[in-house]
Amino acid sequence: MTVGIIDYGCGNLFSLRSSFSRIGARATVTSDKAELIKCDRIVLPGVGAFPEAMQKLNGAELVGTVRDMAAGTPLLGICLGMQMLFDRSSEFGECDGLGMIKGNVVPLDCAAVGLKVPQMGWNALKIDKGCPLFKYTRNGDYVYFVHSYHAVNCGESVTATVDYGGDVTAAVSCGHVFGTQFHPEKSGEVGLNILRAFTEL
Amino acid sequence: MLAKRIIPCLDVKNGRVVKGKNFSGLADVDDPVALAEKYSDGGADELVFYDITASAEGRKLFTDVLRRTAERVFIPLTVGGGINCTDDFAAALDSGADKVSVNSGAIADPGIIDRAAAKYGSQCVVLSVDVKRSGGGFTVFSHGGRVDTGLRAEDWIKQGEQRGAGEIVINSMDTDGVKRGFDLEMLAALTRAVDIPVVASGGAGCIDDFVELFKNSNADAGLGASVFHYGEIAFCDLKRALKNNGIAVRI
Repeated sequence: MTVGIIDYGCGNLFSLRSSFSRIGARATVTSDKAELIKCDRIVLPGVGAFPEAMQKLNGAELVGTVRDMAAGTPLLGICLGMQMLFDRSSEFGECDGLGMIKGNVVPLDCAAVGLKVPQMGWNALKIDKGCPLFKYTRNGDYVYFVHSYHAVNCGESVTATVDYGGDVTAAVSCGHVFGTQFHPEKSGEVGLNILRAFTEL
Repeated sequence: MLAKRIIPCLDVKNGRVVKGKNFSGLADVDDPVALAEKYSDGGADELVFYDITASAEGRKLFTDVLRRTAERVFIPLTVGGGINCTDDFAAALDSGADKVSVNSGAIADPGIIDRAAAKYGSQCVVLSVDVKRSGGGFTVFSHGGRVDTGLRAEDWIKQGEQRGAGEIVINSMDTDGVKRGFDLEMLAALTRAVDIPVVASGGAGCIDDFVELFKNSNADAGLGASVFHYGEIAFCDLKRALKNNGIAVRI
């Protein structure tokens, strides 16, 4: 079992790689197509701004690889990596995403209810339906978020939400494609167990 | 609902944890990696590592401490101390930090906030400020609290937010190390000035201080050092007390 963490210049990959090591999975951080294709799992990380991240993924010529591989290889998008799985985002104008899961990404608008943006910190998961990623996770378990945008109109693909001035999409899945708005690699034991479940799919 | 965060701060000098009282009289406490792991297992929500080393050798030790911690601890890790340019951000992030806290470096060159936010995202840019009552207002001090900048704290943190900081740490120099509670008056004035998360620092002495902090201020997190290092407060007792007072915490 090798987990391929896509290195396209976006995100803290040190912790991600360390967290897979901790659960006994081999993880390789790479931008090399040939190496990614050999992997049994793919992780699309990401922090920063949506358009720049899409541009970098395009620039690394990895968009096609990600799309092709996701047909047969489980893929996990984390944070901005999850947001990129959707059709489009309105961060800094309209920008197309990978279109692998139906939905779009819009700003968190919580000022009216007195909440701060970004949502930064630990929030309790409300697991909407059975997702293999949550086989070790209980309803109400806390996970760590840092985000200013969130996914909407995702329909059936939502597997968990959190309460932040209303229901905010916390996790999605569609076939082999999974996404978490939170950072499992920063969510202590709960997060490590989600990554473990991902390697056990 | 988003939980209030409890953050132990580890001041690191030459690879060891120290804790000052009013920024002087440092006393060695423990090994930072072991302490970080202990805190994470105990229920800390986040960790801050503050490098108070001046030498290049100390710097190298610090990076090593950071890497070894990030390999073992899977909660957010913030790094501060001696951050003066975007390369310093890069070095910290590459060693496993999730957020980088800039203080005097941003006072000397406010543009560092814009550049770091543009390059690494606002989520990892923390503006840390040392604030003291002065002339009837709240004034920002730099260089570990030694230099009066003359900046109004409200103006400076507002500017930090506009430039792209994702979080503010307010350290009250008036209550730091005194252990008689957080500076609720200062926090009330300063949390109003920004819409981004605020971490309260300086003054934690007992569990009730945290209860009062979250009941009576709009702070998102409370930071403490010696109360945790010397085992005066256990995270589980603290979290339980907060929960019993109707405050959302991760347990």
